[in-house]
Amino acid sequence: MELITPEIGLIFWQTIVFLVLILLLAKFAWKPILGAVKQREDSINEALTSAETARKELQNLKADNEKLMKEARAERDAILKEARELKEKVLASATEEAQTKADKIVAQAKESIEQEKKAAMADIKSQVASLSLEIAEKVVRKELSSKEKQHQLIDEMLGNATLN
Amino acid sequence: MIAQKSLKIIVTFALALLPIFSFASKEESLAEAEKEFNATDMILHHIGDAHGWHFFGEGENSFTLPLPVILYTDNGLVTFMSSEFHHDTEGHHVVEKNGMSFVNLHEKIYQLEEGAHGVEFDEDHHPLNAERPIDLSITKNVAAMFITVIIMLIIFNRLASFHKKNKNAPKGFNNVLETFVLFVRDEIAKPQIGEKKYMKFMPFLLTVFFFIWITNMIGLLPGAANVTGNIAVTISLGLFTLVLILVNGSKDYWKHTLWMPGIPTFVKPLLAVVELMGVFIKPIALMIRLFANITAGHIIILSLIGLIFILESVGVAGVSVPFALFISILELLVAFLQAFIFTMLSALFIGMAVEEHEHH
Repeated sequence: MELITPEIGLIFWQTIVFLVLILLLAKFAWKPILGAVKQREDSINEALTSAETARKELQNLKADNEKLMKEARAERDAILKEARELKEKVLASATEEAQTKADKIVAQAKESIEQEKKAAMADIKSQVASLSLEIAEKVVRKELSSKEKQHQLIDEMLGNATLN
Repeated sequence: MIAQKSLKIIVTFALALLPIFSFASKEESLAEAEKEFNATDMILHHIGDAHGWHFFGEGENSFTLPLPVILYTDNGLVTFMSSEFHHDTEGHHVVEKNGMSFVNLHEKIYQLEEGAHGVEFDEDHHPLNAERPIDLSITKNVAAMFITVIIMLIIFNRLASFHKKNKNAPKGFNNVLETFVLFVRDEIAKPQIGEKKYMKFMPFLLTVFFFIWITNMIGLLPGAANVTGNIAVTISLGLFTLVLILVNGSKDYWKHTLWMPGIPTFVKPLLAVVELMGVFIKPIALMIRLFANITAGHIIILSLIGLIFILESVGVAGVSVPFALFISILELLVAFLQAFIFTMLSALFIGMAVEEHEHH
């Protein structure tokens, strides 16, 4: 019975002491401790979040890089292809141009040859004509060198020229 | 290694068997022994409160730390040291102060009626000519409580000053303390009271947790007081929880207590009586649980040690001392467990009181 009979004095002291203890600890211990712990937790959480963001950013950066690389590669390929095409085109056009030029030259050459030929022919003709005239003159001179021959010719001519 | 082990086993067996032999030889003196040594008195003396802090020895030769006696009598406050009773607890030694006479009768102080020179008893050993004044003495339990308070103030001020100086996590003992502070916050306060309101009750929960735990552990030391196993202490602690519930109870809480919605009207007053009783039974349960658990632990240890004296055989020590040691280690666990349970249930009851219900 004595065990479960509370002593008023002990209740009094326990209540006072405990109340003072709560107030003292709340002010000088619990507040700073819980505050510091909270602050530390917040900073840890913040660090974790920022690490996560950094990781994501890095990933994005990597993806961007990859994309850039891909784009660059594609561009390079396109440029190369274009260059190849251009080369072929240039080559083709150059060949063509050369061909036409050659053809033109050949044609011009042919034409000039023809002209030269014609000129030469004309020259030859005129020379032949003058030569023939000279020959004919010489022949005629020889034929008509004597009087009798002149008479013979005249006779002949007259004989041919029948009076109608 | 093996030899050492077998030696251990032999010694253990020998110690275990010893009491059987010695018990047989001392059978006839058992009844006599019980007369000389009263286990109940010994245990009650150890778990009860006292006006001096007795460490060892008997009577006038005992080593007892005197504590101040503070009495509030009809003629005002009276104070003197407990040593003035000269270790007397039977009411023989009368201390005269301010014209009043006091005696210590089984660690309760009685004021003798005027003119009386000694206590007179009735058949049931109740004093006839003495009254108890209001006793506000610094008893053994109050002194032990002060020790806990001083320890708590020192260790938590150290932790707080550490936190004021640097932002890092503490090391060593401070880290251990912080772990338990976080344990109270994350495992007790937050789940029971809720994220929104727990902060208001943290000072109480932390203080009550560490107070009970440290006091329980100090109480396990030889010669220490049985503070948390004293009903007055647990009543006071329970009162704190009750007051917190009553002061912080939400509108919903009182509505659900006094006029429970959603049930037939004629049941409502009936339920209000039951619920109102519940409001008080909750802290009473807290109070009895802590008191009974700690007192029971002390009684078991004291009974085991007392066996040695009851059976008047040193051999019994071979069994009862290891057993008492085992119980003591168990009590270390109980010390924590009871602190945890008290705090946990306080948080639960407070959580129930401050909870805002969803309106149906």
